[in-house]
Amino acid sequence: MQKLGEFKLPNFFHYPPYFTLQPVRETREKQIQLWKELIIDFCRTQKVFVIGLEEHFPLFSNPAIERSLSHEAREAFLSALVSDGRAEWMDKDHRKCLILWHRIQDWADLIVNFVKEYGLDDSVMTVEEIRSGTESRGTELHGVDRTVLVRALKLLEHKGKLAIFKGTSADDEGVKFSL
Amino acid sequence: MAGNWLPAAKLTGSGRPVLEPGEVECSLLSSADLLSEENPNFPHLKSGLLILTTHRLIWVQESSTTSPPIAVFIPLSGVTHIFPLKKSIKSMFASPRFRFQASLKGTMVVITLIFRGKSDIDSFLEKFWEAWRRKGWEDGVVKSGPEASGSGHVSGGNGGFAVRMPVVGVAGILRKEQEMWENTDKSLQDAFQDLNALMGKAKEMVILAERMRTKLLSGSTSQATGTNDEEIGTKEEMQELLLSVGIVSPVTKESAGALYHQQLSRQLADFVKIPLERSGGMINLIDIYCLFNRARGTELISPDDLLRACSLWEKFDVPVMLRKFDSDVMVIQSKSHSDDEVFTRIRSLVTTPDTLRAGITASDAAMTLGIAPAMAKEHLLAAEAKGLLCRDVSPDGFRFFVNLLQEIDADDIFLVKEYGIYHTWIKAISAAR
Repeated sequence: MQKLGEFKLPNFFHYPPYFTLQPVRETREKQIQLWKELIIDFCRTQKVFVIGLEEHFPLFSNPAIERSLSHEAREAFLSALVSDGRAEWMDKDHRKCLILWHRIQDWADLIVNFVKEYGLDDSVMTVEEIRSGTESRGTELHGVDRTVLVRALKLLEHKGKLAIFKGTSADDEGVKFSL
Repeated sequence: MAGNWLPAAKLTGSGRPVLEPGEVECSLLSSADLLSEENPNFPHLKSGLLILTTHRLIWVQESSTTSPPIAVFIPLSGVTHIFPLKKSIKSMFASPRFRFQASLKGTMVVITLIFRGKSDIDSFLEKFWEAWRRKGWEDGVVKSGPEASGSGHVSGGNGGFAVRMPVVGVAGILRKEQEMWENTDKSLQDAFQDLNALMGKAKEMVILAERMRTKLLSGSTSQATGTNDEEIGTKEEMQELLLSVGIVSPVTKESAGALYHQQLSRQLADFVKIPLERSGGMINLIDIYCLFNRARGTELISPDDLLRACSLWEKFDVPVMLRKFDSDVMVIQSKSHSDDEVFTRIRSLVTTPDTLRAGITASDAAMTLGIAPAMAKEHLLAAEAKGLLCRDVSPDGFRFFVNLLQEIDADDIFLVKEYGIYHTWIKAISAAR
């Protein structure tokens, strides 16, 4: 079966009707479900956090069968993810979509586990360090989207588990864990 | 009950009378009673449809609780006397009554018709008189006449064997006059005989056409394998021509009056039976319009009349119905026609190795199913709505594929079961690559 880089594509990716938004309700629901699963699966394994509707996204076309999704179909599938709580629109015009294969709450739990595991309680890290520092290498937090990370940290701050403060450089923030 | 006095009239599935060969409808009247005032044993048939044909006067129960409705007839040949319609002050208020005498199974009965509707009674009675006087029922009986009487005239005409009486005296002159008379009479008769012969021949032509048709029908089934395609083609064409010879007694506005659409509707229901069978239980309204008008010959109907006739089917117990697709395409289909059968055929159509890979278009389906492309598209869309098919819209066109989506497990999108259509499809596409 065909592959997209490291990603193995399912067989139905070569089924032409998969790329036409189906008008019959029941069929369409099934089609949307399969698209949701494929998008999430792809994003999780390839660490893709943002899908731009007008930009090239490898899943949205299959050159082998010369089919690609219409704008309407792309928006329909992403909207379905949004209403599941597994994605969020980043702008009003629905041009960019943030994919959350883990919900913000789950990301927050991952951070808590990471802090416990590495004994980082009461210590200070920058946001950038959590994303790309040596400590997080090998964990799911490594390479996480900044927006997602900040959202999760804010959630934890709200629960009183950490404090966010302005760091030394203007564009980075410090985090002090206090579990 | 009525059967004791009056013979039952045969009705078609849609409740129209079955006419004898050569019989033509002349007029129709609704809500008429039929009874005998003198004979209390005679049944009182209340509020029925009166159909006057060239051969019979048929009474059909209108609001039928029984199916089929009661229908009886009085042969016009049995009518011995028609009483004129009484015009009195009283008749201005009461429903008009009309009497005639007929011999029914050997007994003379005076039958009264009471007209309760507000229809044109005078014209009906006029037509009744006309039909009675014209003796249309005798035309059929004399069918073999022309030949027999024709040969008789030949032997009588040359007079070779007749003994000639000498012309003598006043008696001779008188006889000569008589002979001259007879001669002119004979030549006149011959002239008319020619006309009758022509009519007789026309009948023979119709019979011949019928015979050819049945022969062709039996021929095409018994030796279809032996003959080549071209021959079969011409045979089918010929059959087609013969089949559409026509409707002998088309319902017209003139004959049916206010009952026009109702009767037209019933006649149409009878007519569509054969074309429906040939087109697999469903036929386009436009096709029926053409066929129906061709069969009617000169008494053409408007599209509006056709539509009204079709919409009236809901009210009658007829085996056909008008169906409107979501796309506003209208078709006539028999009530026994099932979509399931069509769906089964479509399913087998989209599951061959080639169609699994490439799908089908409406015209592909039209060719395989032997129906019009517009109709094929309706079937495909219906199958899609049922979840049997999925559509594929691309620059290449509009195609339909068998629905694989339902078989795929959304919890494990990489799972392929070792059976089912998804598995077959994967084999088909990998074989082609």
